[in-house]
Amino acid sequence: MQVGYYPGCSLESSAKEFDLSIRAIFQEMGISLKEIPDWNCCGASPAHYLNEELASALPYRNLVRAEEAGLEKVVSPCPACYSHLKHIHEEAMKDAYLAERVRTIVGKMYQGKVQSKHLLDFLKEDVGLERLKSALKTSLNGLRVVSYYGCLTRLPGVNIDDVENPVMMDEVLQALGGETINWSHKTECCGASLSITRTEIALRLVHAILESAQEKGAECIAVVCPLCQSNLDTRQGDINKKYGTQFNTPILYLSQLIGLTQNLGSNQLGLDRLVYSPTEILLKRGIIEK
Amino acid sequence: MDLQPNQVLRLIQINDQEALLRCSTIWICASCQTCSVRCPEEIDIAKMMDSLRKLALEAKTPLGEENVVKFDEIFIDSIRKRGRVHELELVMKYNLASRQPFKDAHLGPMMLSRRKLSFLGHKIREVGRIKEIFKNSKRLLRSQE
Repeated sequence: MQVGYYPGCSLESSAKEFDLSIRAIFQEMGISLKEIPDWNCCGASPAHYLNEELASALPYRNLVRAEEAGLEKVVSPCPACYSHLKHIHEEAMKDAYLAERVRTIVGKMYQGKVQSKHLLDFLKEDVGLERLKSALKTSLNGLRVVSYYGCLTRLPGVNIDDVENPVMMDEVLQALGGETINWSHKTECCGASLSITRTEIALRLVHAILESAQEKGAECIAVVCPLCQSNLDTRQGDINKKYGTQFNTPILYLSQLIGLTQNLGSNQLGLDRLVYSPTEILLKRGIIEK
Repeated sequence: MDLQPNQVLRLIQINDQEALLRCSTIWICASCQTCSVRCPEEIDIAKMMDSLRKLALEAKTPLGEENVVKFDEIFIDSIRKRGRVHELELVMKYNLASRQPFKDAHLGPMMLSRRKLSFLGHKIREVGRIKEIFKNSKRLLRSQE
């Protein structure tokens, strides 16, 4: 099985472990990933209001490149990248004027043959829980985990799960032997877009998320977004300092948790790149050995 | 956030452009879409904020959150030059532009030791194509006008 892959800019640096762990688990399951050749940034949120046409043209070029490479299905790990590919595909299919305008800007025509998938959606619907289970070499052994989705399910073009009570990630984690906890902050905003410019706002939002997870007795938080991860993990020290808290909550990518159940090594999964190390809880639960 | 979203809506109804275009709310909205999916009147509030951001830029009046726009402009410029965003360069350029050179510097060593920083970044092969796309797209950035 071969599938297209659109890692996005974050996965080249701050979220390198997301990229590493995705490649490792797919290899383990015999799924080959083919990157969109010479892909570009999707434009993220800034392009929308600074230059509307650019916000359409940037993802459009990626769709053209994917189509040229014969990639019928493309998996994006980043919710924003995924939303942009999916949204512009839909817009170009229903709005002939926009499609023509964007085709002129990019200089090439997109036929509409690329199906976009978010990693979570791909794991749950295309790979399937049965196949994930059959790849299990160990289990999450009842690890108490909360699934944090952030804004993923509400982004434009995204229609994979309930907007405010998504369950996909919980179902995957349960299939791996994790004990998922129902909690209040599943889809609350982490404020990532303000993390650099209005840091105090992001700190306040992340503080509330970490507090809610702690109150529920979560041993770690599972995420599927490079910005959520970075915001919850990297800013935890600043939050402890500002709010006098002692959070020490590992923020793991779903792909890392899957990889652990496939007995993949810590290096392969980039566990050493996380700021708050999960080693202690993983040892305690017998998911890894010393 | 100096105005609540419902106040923003009311100001649109009474067409108080001045108050709308200088408020900080439209820049503090993180586009998480929660209000848009909850609104019983099905008003897409996040999209409304996005439209107001465009209008505020076009009006060329002082902006409610100048630094947010500065950051976004540097972000877009990184794409123009490389085809991708270079995170380290983005943050360093923003710190200089916003005159707070050491902001978040304490995170540097932590991210460095975890190999989360790419020094050189990546430039795509067809970066010339990206520059063409920028040239062809309407609604130019302020710095290019």
